[in-house]
Amino acid sequence: MLLIHCPWCGDRDETEFHYGGQAHVDYPDNPNDMGDADWAGYLFLRDNPRGLFHERWSHTAGCRRWFNVVRDTATNEIHPETAGKVAP
Amino acid sequence: MAPLPVQPQPPPRLWRSPEPKRHYEVVIVGSGGHGLATAYYLARNHGIRDVAVLERGWLAGGNMARNTTIIRSNYLFDESAALYNHALDLWEQLPAELEYDFLFSQRGVLNLAHTEQEVRDSRRRVFANQLNGVDAEWVEPAEIAELCPILNLSEDIRYPVLGATLQRRGGIAKHDHVAWAFARKADEMGVDLIQGCEVTGFETDGDRVTGVQTSLGPIGAGRVALAAAGRTTLLTDTLGLRLPLQSHPLQALVSELLEPIHPCVVMSNHVHVYCSQAHKGELVLGAGIDTYNGYGQRGSVHVIERQMAAALELFPIFAQAHVIRTWAGTVDVTPDASPIIGPTPYENLFLNCGWGTGGFKATPGVGWVYAHTIATGRPHPLNEPYGLDRFTTGALIDEHGAAAVAH
Repeated sequence: MLLIHCPWCGDRDETEFHYGGQAHVDYPDNPNDMGDADWAGYLFLRDNPRGLFHERWSHTAGCRRWFNVVRDTATNEIHPETAGKVAP
Repeated sequence: MAPLPVQPQPPPRLWRSPEPKRHYEVVIVGSGGHGLATAYYLARNHGIRDVAVLERGWLAGGNMARNTTIIRSNYLFDESAALYNHALDLWEQLPAELEYDFLFSQRGVLNLAHTEQEVRDSRRRVFANQLNGVDAEWVEPAEIAELCPILNLSEDIRYPVLGATLQRRGGIAKHDHVAWAFARKADEMGVDLIQGCEVTGFETDGDRVTGVQTSLGPIGAGRVALAAAGRTTLLTDTLGLRLPLQSHPLQALVSELLEPIHPCVVMSNHVHVYCSQAHKGELVLGAGIDTYNGYGQRGSVHVIERQMAAALELFPIFAQAHVIRTWAGTVDVTPDASPIIGPTPYENLFLNCGWGTGGFKATPGVGWVYAHTIATGRPHPLNEPYGLDRFTTGALIDEHGAAAVAH
């Protein structure tokens, strides 16, 4: 069980959260100008590192807000990325 | 109760441990079931024997050693049914062909339905299976009671069992012995199985891969075939080739040894647990992946807690059984929960990945079609729909929730 630090509620059990995958994946500025390959990249391609990963979590059973953490995918060690900042 | 089956005696020598040569016609990365089956069919079906299977750990020590050994082909979509049923056809002939009794036990697989909608979805899958030549039946609770007397069929539980699909040809096999059986035959035909040899990157020349970099030095290759499951993107990242894969922990557990009591495989998508009894007597339980990405080969306790709660409601008889061991594999999950098998932008580099939770049952089938792809440079008709390009064309094979188990 991961112990995750919600910037608003503090340390809580993983069961209170919903995982949102990689952080900082912005919606494209000009989706109508994109070809199929670029659109597929936006939809489907994500980093998959063994090591530090910037990812999003939502505190669904608490304040229901989204935030980012940096977690090591090999050790599960979690570093709050920008404590108190709302995820993009 | 039926007596416990006798465990097969492994032959005294299973495979050589050769020093790697400096060059091979084909290098396969990963000696799990898929890598070994691919090597076997490359030699058997295509006469390509100058093959090395490189393994960073020990043979079949990754996900092959960590799966719940269930074999079935009751998938919804045509492409999936064809591929998994091809595997099932091969499973039935392999013990004789490989001259190795790996305890393939066609004890039947029940997929339970607990809601009215699930009943409709399950019956639809049965019809789809029958149209695809996959054996499938819809069974009512009275018949389930005969097939699996220990299952709780009370109407008073939270999610009563309203019926189930049944695949009688489905079952389990002894996973380690499957790997060893393929390894021995591949070795006999001249394939080099090289353990303790981690592939760390590639040698390239333009749009060709000319070899792999390994912990034992560079090894040249005419063709390179990846079969590295959860670690595939760690390799393709070194080429700058991005794949639609996310690696997740997938947990399983076993109980202490019990006398034979659980006669088939029972899976429930809705309460999400699957349970069978291993030949030796352990109950083998699994559920879904942990949601987050992870390479740690361990998952979260609450996932185990939920699957055991689900199992206990279905099988109250197991309430006093002790859990002996839990573990996790690292599975690579695609956006449509179907694998990627086929070519890459590098003309002699091939991909077999993205099996998520379902790789074991496909082992001989994927070995067959992947060997064809590597040998001819073109997909076999059965893996043609599984190309990387489907994520661009949109021709997804979306087995999420349709495949008789949630992903």
